[in-house]
Amino acid sequence: MSEHHHKETFITKYIFSQDHKMIAKQFLITGMFMAIVGMLMSAIFRVQLANPGESSFLYNLLPGDWINEAGALNPDKYLALVTMHGTILVFWVLTAGLSGTFANFLIPLQIGARDMASGFINMLSYWFFFIATVILISSIYVQGGPASGGWTIYPPLSALPQAIPGSGTGMTLWLISITLFVVGSLLGGLNYIVTILNLRTIGMSMKRLPLTVWALLITAILGVLSFPVLLSCGLLLIFDRSFGTSFYLSDIIINGEMLHNVGGSPILFEHLFWFLGHPEVYIILLPALGIVSEVIAVNSRKPIFGYKAMVGALLLIAFLSFIVWGHHMFMTGMNPFLGSVFTFTTLLIAIPSAVKVFNYLATLWRANIRFTPAMLFAIGTVSAFITGGLTGLILGDSALDINVHDTYFVVGHFHIVMGLSAIYGMFAGVYHWFPKMYGRMMNKNLGYLHFWATFICAYGVFFPMHFLGLAGLPRRYYTNSAFPMFDGLSDINSIITFFALTGAIVQGIFIFNFIYSIFKGPKASTNPWKSTTLEWTTPVERIHGNWPGDLPVVTRWAYDYSKPGASEDFIPQNVPLKEGEEEH
Amino acid sequence: MTNTLIILVAVLIIAALVQITRVSELLSEIKKQDPNKVTDSNNKTQGILFLVVGSAFLIFVVWQMITWNHLLLPPASSLHGQEIDSLMKVSMGLILIVFFALTPLLFYFVYKYRGNKNNKAYFFAHNNKLEVIWTVIPTIILTCLIVYGLRTWERSMNPDLSQAKIIEVYAEQFKWTARESGTDNKLGKANFKLVTDRNALGVDMNDVNSIDDKVVREVHLVVNKPVLLKFRAKDVIHSAFLPHFRVQMNCVPGLSTQFAFTPTQTTAEMKEQEGDDFEFVLLCNKICGAAHYNMQMSFIVETQQEYDAWIASQKKLSEKLLTQK
Repeated sequence: MSEHHHKETFITKYIFSQDHKMIAKQFLITGMFMAIVGMLMSAIFRVQLANPGESSFLYNLLPGDWINEAGALNPDKYLALVTMHGTILVFWVLTAGLSGTFANFLIPLQIGARDMASGFINMLSYWFFFIATVILISSIYVQGGPASGGWTIYPPLSALPQAIPGSGTGMTLWLISITLFVVGSLLGGLNYIVTILNLRTIGMSMKRLPLTVWALLITAILGVLSFPVLLSCGLLLIFDRSFGTSFYLSDIIINGEMLHNVGGSPILFEHLFWFLGHPEVYIILLPALGIVSEVIAVNSRKPIFGYKAMVGALLLIAFLSFIVWGHHMFMTGMNPFLGSVFTFTTLLIAIPSAVKVFNYLATLWRANIRFTPAMLFAIGTVSAFITGGLTGLILGDSALDINVHDTYFVVGHFHIVMGLSAIYGMFAGVYHWFPKMYGRMMNKNLGYLHFWATFICAYGVFFPMHFLGLAGLPRRYYTNSAFPMFDGLSDINSIITFFALTGAIVQGIFIFNFIYSIFKGPKASTNPWKSTTLEWTTPVERIHGNWPGDLPVVTRWAYDYSKPGASEDFIPQNVPLKEGEEEH
Repeated sequence: MTNTLIILVAVLIIAALVQITRVSELLSEIKKQDPNKVTDSNNKTQGILFLVVGSAFLIFVVWQMITWNHLLLPPASSLHGQEIDSLMKVSMGLILIVFFALTPLLFYFVYKYRGNKNNKAYFFAHNNKLEVIWTVIPTIILTCLIVYGLRTWERSMNPDLSQAKIIEVYAEQFKWTARESGTDNKLGKANFKLVTDRNALGVDMNDVNSIDDKVVREVHLVVNKPVLLKFRAKDVIHSAFLPHFRVQMNCVPGLSTQFAFTPTQTTAEMKEQEGDDFEFVLLCNKICGAAHYNMQMSFIVETQQEYDAWIASQKKLSEKLLTQK
């Protein structure tokens, strides 16, 4: 890898690149594009919820047959929007966009490797993802529209085109797309694990890994263990849909047609789906927490508090995430005893989560905080993690879940704890590592503006949803006006929509800042944040192979900030220990 | 026209952003500063902003709790629901305490320890005692919460069924139908293969238990009498959600599910309390298709006499199938 005499052509440099830094940027840009698509979808269905049955100029963005004669959104297409919004945000933005970007970018740079273990497999991983993206987007335009059964695609709804038009071609494309997506993330995940375990530079023991790398390692392991289950779950659904099997179908009459299927169970699908689905939540969250740990330490000018406890908490959360999936299914009629077990394991997750929050607070205590835009978003993540994590204690408790299950309370909960935490983490990562990615700085003041506008709007959107849920309002309703008991909630809906649209518009500031800075931002210095980790010892020019000469040798952990006795308030990992200096 | 205007506005906004960015960069250049270096005055502004916006957020939360309190569901109208409400109060109280402790602490720390070039952070890498304390305390609190939660769950899920009136609730796109088990309190067998236009629930009329079953379009319950709802679905997964009773159960094709509860207030009493348009209502709470948002059936809780009068007025399914040609 270190011998790079051959000239890079445009195609090998920017398109079929095997350089992890370029692949990271490809994931980032694709993820950002999908984030814009997903966000526009949410803007559209928020408009429908605030003004049910009315027309809106935003609907011009949609294919013509989604709108009825009166100019209003069709109810099944509302569900299509909700489904695609969920799919895009969960898989495309917060899984591939987040892990794909930062695992690719940071792992080799932070462990002191020239590239991923296999650059070719890494490239394949992106291109599988890219094809999956093209297929998913194209499914919006097929007859009947895209998948509309919710992002969880529970059969029989997702299996039967008679049940909802989106379960026709749109659903087939969804399944093909997600299959390719899973292949891509497995290739990526295996590569990340192998790279971290085998390619660490001299001295980079596991105990000296930055927490980002730990988080990315554990995320990759979660993905490799759980995504195959989603794959098999999807394959069985393809069989049921196309080849007449009955894995998930039984005793069904749809549109007056009696189906031959007997003996299958939709609940089997739910078990398989959530066996991925719950670890998936942590696949989304852990990289963000890793990024945030790093950004908080760098900008607090303090070591992260309780490094070992932080790693331990990550491991414990990851382990528990495999034995809690049933809490998504308390209301499926499962044996109440099984519900008790899942309640028990689920609420246990609060312990490592609490430890993480306390450790973040202890890191901020007596810090010397430098408010870079990345730091603002990192603090935002901690706030969202507290706010959203706490409501998990309600939802994870099976007895309480009876009345808030599938209501807006859930929507508020997971958008804050998983959506906001992760997207803030992603923003923090982009602002923080932009100088390393593009060799230029993002504009600080626009970053501040972006954070505050986003922070205010996001809580304005998601906090009120708890009240909707406690009022009994189910999610995935085209309109809340069909039940007199929800008439009083229209004000809350208008408030949410106002903040949602404003919040969507202000993301323009970020997109502008991002694109403008790539071309016109001021040139970055080698280590603009005065950080200790290895990526900041590479040249600004971002060469293939990362370091021009020998690989750096690591002699200390990643968090020597404000160490007593040192002249500067940071000591990079490759600076040898002084005589008599203790490691930490 | 609107579209052109919107595009125009968007272009103008982008142009404005470009200019603002340029101006800020040029200004810094004049002042010979790195435009993106975080200065002490930046730290001060952002620290204060965290304090101000953080407080505003907490005030917003309190405002919502006060303003929207009346919109929340009234106290449970069922026996087990009252226990769930107590558990809810305890859990909600707990998370509010933690929320109102940790959030201000976060924003206060962020404000208090805002950076200054003359300061140095305190090197504080770990403290075993502290870490043990804040692992053990949440563990103890959670253990109590888990035990309390599991007891409530156990009691809600395993009520005494010996006296329960059995009613079947049948879900399909996009309506609910119910079947009263009649005087024998036994539902006749049903099979999806027997579904016809007239026998919409596929009830097996050869089963002796079917003879007195009654198919009804709304469910009537007797106050303070336990009822066992048995659920079936015809086409896709639905979820029977009765928020006022704290009852929810999925209705799954090919799988029989159930939920038992005891209503404690009549519809008439609730109307007095909550207003004339109050109604106990059954909603669908699992995405089931285009009209998912409008799948409802009313539940009426009444006295034994009222119920007796109503049930007598309903025709038996066997009579319906015989007479209506």
